[in-house]
Amino acid sequence: MRKLHQVATAFAISAIMLSGNALAQATATPAAAAPAKEVTGKDLSFNRAKGNCLACHAMPTQPDAESAGSYGPPLIAMSARFPDKAKMRAQIWDATATNPSSTMIPFGKHGVLSEKEIDKITDFVYGL
Amino acid sequence: MKQKIITKLLTGMAGLGIALGAATAHATPESDRQELIKYYTTKYPNVKLEDYVYGALAFDADSKAQYDAIMEFPPFEADIEKGRKMWETPFKNGKTYAGCLPSGGKQIAGNYPMFDEAKGKVVTLSNVINDCRVANGEEAYNVDDKKTMGLLTAYMRTLSNGMLSNVKVEGPKATTAYEDGKKTFYSRKGQLNFACASCHVQNGGNRLRSELMSPVIGHTVHWPVFRGGDNLVTLQERYQGCMKSVRAVSPPADSETLNNLEYFHSALSNGLPLKASVFRK
Ligand code: HEC
Ligand code: HEC
Repeated sequence: MRKLHQVATAFAISAIMLSGNALAQATATPAAAAPAKEVTGKDLSFNRAKGNCLACHAMPTQPDAESAGSYGPPLIAMSARFPDKAKMRAQIWDATATNPSSTMIPFGKHGVLSEKEIDKITDFVYGL
Repeated sequence: MKQKIITKLLTGMAGLGIALGAATAHATPESDRQELIKYYTTKYPNVKLEDYVYGALAFDADSKAQYDAIMEFPPFEADIEKGRKMWETPFKNGKTYAGCLPSGGKQIAGNYPMFDEAKGKVVTLSNVINDCRVANGEEAYNVDDKKTMGLLTAYMRTLSNGMLSNVKVEGPKATTAYEDGKKTFYSRKGQLNFACASCHVQNGGNRLRSELMSPVIGHTVHWPVFRGGDNLVTLQERYQGCMKSVRAVSPPADSETLNNLEYFHSALSNGLPLKASVFRK
């Protein structure tokens, strides 16, 4: 009985933490809230209200890239996979241009991220 | 003949047609359902069809074990009890729900949503309960209200536990409503550009962040759910939540769009057993 209660509590806690919404709405993370420090491409890709790339991609070379999803392939050795960096940026700007059934969010086309934010993320991801 | 070959080719591609909502040309509700079952049983040969009623839990033995432990003494039992009282309390005219619903309200939930030829539209189980109230001089409940329709259906649906989902789509008007629901399910929406199918067909069994994604098969047989053990959530409320998460504006509960979506969606779970209510995190 006691054990059952513990299980239930564990569930309740994870329910609060996840609030069932993997694409969390814009709750400002510390990165977005701190005005002093400049927001990096890494911040933008990790932030759930910005790129949220981890929702779908693992980043095996980043030890702090936790609870990554599996909709898309792991982001690793990107410069080898994309000799042309502009092509990779285009994938981020609108993945549906090359694959109409892609489930990746068209970050540029739908204005989810600004051009400048996409540039920063491209630089960060290209180095993975 | 040529069409048949093309359909065959499409299904051959591990059900890619239905995944993308493309092979709609001569699809019937039954072929849609069969194609989705084939898509998933090919992709996940180790998951049994009957386990799809557990949603995402079918892909995670640990969470399923926790679910089983919780379901032994469901934390929402008191809510079901409240629903039972509501169900058994006679209307002011002395009549009861059991008296005005088909088969006394037992083993019927799997027939809904149903296409009502006289009304020319899809009716959900909540609509039928409201019709019964109004016919007996009571006010209709707001179908969205957890304290009334929510609790009532949480109990009433237990009377159909074990019944196999049996949603019928017959005749041109019913088919039009089904196709409208299908269109909603496969259309991309919101700033984030997802269709229901992007997550629950193409990515069932995958993770979005740490969230395991449930496949569309088996989605409709266990409502309402109690999230976190005590938060009653109806099926259409879940639709609205999913739409909000992709930054789309959802039509309201009981709108023709959501009722048609529920009609299409429920037909895909035909043949699977109903069980109300269940725990979800
Ligand atoms: C909701 C899911 C989702 C999100 C969020 C997402 N992606 Fe993707 N991504 C995919 C999928 C699926 C693919 C596979 C190719 C396709 O379908 O376009 C992909 C492919 C890619 C590729 C090409 C990889 C290759 O080797 O072909 C890159 C680069 C990429 N994503 C970068 C990003 C970046 C950067 C972000 C965040 C700003 C991001 N993705 C967010 C789903 C997503
Ligand atoms: C971006 C991803 C995403 C999209 C798009 C999406 N959902 Fe969901 N849905 C989720 C997540 C995450 C959950 C919670 C985990 C689970 O059970 O799959 C969920 C849960 C559900 C459930 C509950 C399953 C259960 O057994 O508890 C239903 C039903 C559902 N979604 C239907 C829909 C419908 C219908 C649409 C389109 C209107 C839709 N979803 C669009 C992510 C999505």
